[in-house]
Amino acid sequence: MNATSLNGTPAATSPPPPLPSLRLVDIACRRGDRLLFSGLHETLASGELLWLRGGNGRGKTSLLRLVAGLAAPESGQILWGDAPTRRNERFASQLVYIAHTNALKDDLTAAESLAFLARVHGRDASAVALRAALVRLGLAGRERTPTRSLSQGLRRRVALARLALETAPALWVLDEPFDALDVAGTATLHALLAAHRARGGSVLLTSHHLHLDAEAVAAGLRVLDLDLLPRDAGVPA
Amino acid sequence: MNGAVFLAVYSRDLRLAWRRRTEALLPVAFFLVAASLFPLGVGPDPQVLKLIAPGVVWVCALLAAMLSMPPLYAADHADGSLEQLLLAPGAGLAVAAAKAAAHWTISGAPLVACAPLLGVLLGLPSEELPVLFGSLLLGTPILSLLGGVGAALTLGLRSAGMLIVLIVLPLAIPALIFGAGAAAAVDAGQSPSPHLSLLGALLIACLVGAPPATAAALRIAVE
Repeated sequence: MNATSLNGTPAATSPPPPLPSLRLVDIACRRGDRLLFSGLHETLASGELLWLRGGNGRGKTSLLRLVAGLAAPESGQILWGDAPTRRNERFASQLVYIAHTNALKDDLTAAESLAFLARVHGRDASAVALRAALVRLGLAGRERTPTRSLSQGLRRRVALARLALETAPALWVLDEPFDALDVAGTATLHALLAAHRARGGSVLLTSHHLHLDAEAVAAGLRVLDLDLLPRDAGVPA
Repeated sequence: MNGAVFLAVYSRDLRLAWRRRTEALLPVAFFLVAASLFPLGVGPDPQVLKLIAPGVVWVCALLAAMLSMPPLYAADHADGSLEQLLLAPGAGLAVAAAKAAAHWTISGAPLVACAPLLGVLLGLPSEELPVLFGSLLLGTPILSLLGGVGAALTLGLRSAGMLIVLIVLPLAIPALIFGAGAAAAVDAGQSPSPHLSLLGALLIACLVGAPPATAAALRIAVE
């Protein structure tokens, strides 16, 4: 693993203020004419990792989109500290949302794609930082490859390289980040998640590749199970 | 408005267009081919051609601009880039403005550059050529801005291409009237400046009104 390359930048002189908690208050989510879930209460504090579970079609992605602010809940409030997350510039600057789509352009190279996403979100888009992030995700030598000729797993790595650019505590909202990753990629992502939580960042993710074993629980993994929440009557369980 | 997002989107779109140069030139090719059909259709009478030339050039520019609209947001919507763009702080306006600016640079500016050539082809007198050029210079950004609204409103719909044309064409009628009218005024021995002033006013109105409308439509589209 290339775990060293990112720590070359000098540390900020004053520690950043602690990350606010994400608070979900009595959230209900509707998709079309179906109530996916209701009565969701949850708090995600700085340094925590919340694993969102639930069967297909239970609203995992919908909940992530609600948290990211791409959609509005049917009822309830999503708070960042004490302020609503919608139209909240502070929240927007502290959020990293990676959907199941990779948001890459076929005609751009891996480095250009990452640079674009970094610039849009106000992150460090210098050539050194971009290269370090791509190397961290095992993409050394592929910086100038157009993303169209990368495999599914490598494209996922380019999208996840955004996480390696992060230096400040933030909220990561990740939709199936482990999908299409190989063993080495999974290990890198675990290392990124651990480093992120160690500096006070919080994570909300969905995954079919996590295991709720003793080690994970000891590391502070928490589970939110959408299957346990009430939903529309008449939908077969 | 988020200036960093504007610059990032604008420069990325130009780069993508450069990577697909032939595709980016298709609207200009359509413009040239469509306008040069008119002498074949209405006959080679110089008097008739001279009379209809400003209108022909303007209508063809309008259609060429509309043809290049459907992919404006569709590709970003499909690959998830649009969601990422709208998540950045204060990005909606910047994305709408940058997309319209990039569309004009890629599709509108070449149309403006080719217009005098078509004017000569259709036998337009030389004193009308600068007026035609000026009216398109003011008018094509209006088309890019209005087209952006149409493209955002029809995002994710099937047959979006036809819907964009049907939504935007009625809105573009004032621009067409004043744009084509400017050159016609010169032909009638009048000053083109009232037409050009009104065209400028339309451009300002679209600059102020279109990006917020586009941004609102984009937010609805990703929801």
